[in-house]
Amino acid sequence: MTWNDLKSALAGEGYVASDDLAVALQLAMSLGRPLLLEGAAGVGKTEIARTLSAVKNTRLIRLQCYEGLDAAQAIYEWNYQRQLLSIRAAAEGGETGKAVEDRIFSRDFLLERPLLAAITQDKPPVLLIDEIDRADEEFEAYLLEILSDYQVSIPELGTIRATTRPIVILTSNGTRDLSDALRRRCLYTYVEYPDRTTELAILKARCPDVEARLAGQIVGFVQKLREEELEKTPGVAEMLDFAAALMGLGIADLTDDPAVLQSTLTTLLKTQSDQAQITPVVAGRIAGKAA
Amino acid sequence: MSRVTKFAGRDPGPSARVAGFIRHLRDNGLRLGVAEADLAMAALCEVDAARPDESRRALRAVCTGCKEETERFDDLFDSYWMDMGRVRQKVVPTPSSTISDDVHSSRDAKGEDAGASGMSTAPDDQGGEADSDGTGKLIATQQRNLNRRDLRDLVRPEEIAEAEDVARRIGAALRDTRSRRRIAARKGDRLHFRKIIRHSLATGGEPLRLLRKKRPDRTRKIVALCDVSGSMSVYAQVFLAFLAGLMRADTTADAYLFHTRLVRITEALRDKDAMRAIRRMSLMADGFGGGSKIGPSLMRFADTYAKRFVDGRSVVLILSDGYDTEAPQVIAVALEKLRKRGCKVIWLNPLKGWADYAPVAEGMAAALPYLDVFKAANTLGDLAALEQELAQL
Repeated sequence: MTWNDLKSALAGEGYVASDDLAVALQLAMSLGRPLLLEGAAGVGKTEIARTLSAVKNTRLIRLQCYEGLDAAQAIYEWNYQRQLLSIRAAAEGGETGKAVEDRIFSRDFLLERPLLAAITQDKPPVLLIDEIDRADEEFEAYLLEILSDYQVSIPELGTIRATTRPIVILTSNGTRDLSDALRRRCLYTYVEYPDRTTELAILKARCPDVEARLAGQIVGFVQKLREEELEKTPGVAEMLDFAAALMGLGIADLTDDPAVLQSTLTTLLKTQSDQAQITPVVAGRIAGKAA
Repeated sequence: MSRVTKFAGRDPGPSARVAGFIRHLRDNGLRLGVAEADLAMAALCEVDAARPDESRRALRAVCTGCKEETERFDDLFDSYWMDMGRVRQKVVPTPSSTISDDVHSSRDAKGEDAGASGMSTAPDDQGGEADSDGTGKLIATQQRNLNRRDLRDLVRPEEIAEAEDVARRIGAALRDTRSRRRIAARKGDRLHFRKIIRHSLATGGEPLRLLRKKRPDRTRKIVALCDVSGSMSVYAQVFLAFLAGLMRADTTADAYLFHTRLVRITEALRDKDAMRAIRRMSLMADGFGGGSKIGPSLMRFADTYAKRFVDGRSVVLILSDGYDTEAPQVIAVALEKLRKRGCKVIWLNPLKGWADYAPVAEGMAAALPYLDVFKAANTLGDLAALEQELAQL
């Protein structure tokens, strides 16, 4: 599959990828490297993993990172309760010693967390490690081993090697700098807000019912809004919500009714100060420019 | 006519060109190793390498690692691969020590450079071999190279070491231990009962291992913005050393320079070799000693980087004399925006050390209501004396 094929396959699933992103994804798959995606919130970083798993017809395994995430929550844990029950049952049945021990430290009693699950699938899954910048630096360091060797060592069980190499996608919103070591192991793409043509294509793919003229206005409006000084710039997902809201209200033209337009802006503006800044007058001016 | 660079007939082949490109990127501050050269070759095999746009995309994915590098990549790619003609000999005759502070090789001592008349860190003023057309290395930033001020002339290694110590003490002063939460720690002051019980399951309910927990250190993150405009150039020596020291002492700190525009220098200053870090910074700081736009620079910071890197646990340190060519309100608005993020703002003004100083500069006066601390700082000693002050923030 060339990157062009991949791009059209993604488009078939409703994801309009830029050429840069398509090439990077293709390289990540063919070279077996993790791909690090950075960019503002709402540009479609997480969505790409979901779409890729649909294109490849494989499982999506997602690890959402947060402060304090540790190996037990991300890789594996023993199922202590089941082990205890099993020991009690064995004692009542008269079974003792090594047999019990072997049984309770077997794969049956192992709780797979996302990273272990990702390397033990029959078909290579898409592993999404989301918002890696939220995890602690220690966890990031732990990840390095798994991402380069694709194996997990469990003291009681031995080393579990990957049966298949997952397609790894890491995303980061840039709330903290990632380590050089992690960056060096990954391919990298910075995902920008889509340009007008791309965003229009996204809208058409996701909401095919939107009339062409209104679609142009919606995208124009959101693109102009991104140039305003906002605390939280609206992303692609917000744009789609905005379109859905307009469709739901049966609006055919953005400039028709300023009051209705203002009420739909709640889909785009997510802080109080942003809502205060985009007054009906400002919204009307932007809509006029977009039309 | 194609813009693609024509390589010399004796050029050894594609792998040498890719290796040359990686070296070219490395010379321009990107941190790439042998593994990346290998990966770049593999990546080119996966795309139609004869098409420049595909090669560009593939190499960008492999060779860049952050947004800043992605932004610079196109220029660097063009200067190596899309130079229209032959690869020229060196554009700027640079003394050997400038090229390779990290690599010591007998090759450096040979050639024309050995007899150059310039200073150890600045180009000599003769034309050199800029006109010749053999094969050789391209420098992407041709013009800027000639105009820039080499910051290494200002800073000495021993000052960086001293500044590092000062920065470490300031960092320690800003450490805040107030936290209700306790986290697992090998040498904690309390027993971690939940973990002990959990672990005791493995030993049949016997708590064999006593695990501990402690209150975590919750350091304040220092974000330093240093004014390097003309009026500040006499103090630049101290402040640059401080920034370099700060970045080496504190892995979470963040640093920026501004004059008429704002540049993030954090990545450059993290270099293990302090003087090489300063050199990388010189490449980024064109316009050093020029005009001064404090307000717009702070505004840009508040609108972009601050959204990602500044929160309630940050201390924003502004090193500037407050002489701004723009309207003073801009500074006030920018600082207000910054304060909204919950950070502390400290302004260190070298002029405040003067006997009869009053903040008459309009910019400084506009900034005053938004500052938590407003102090003088002319020397590293002054900075060190801030330790007490900062501990009370």
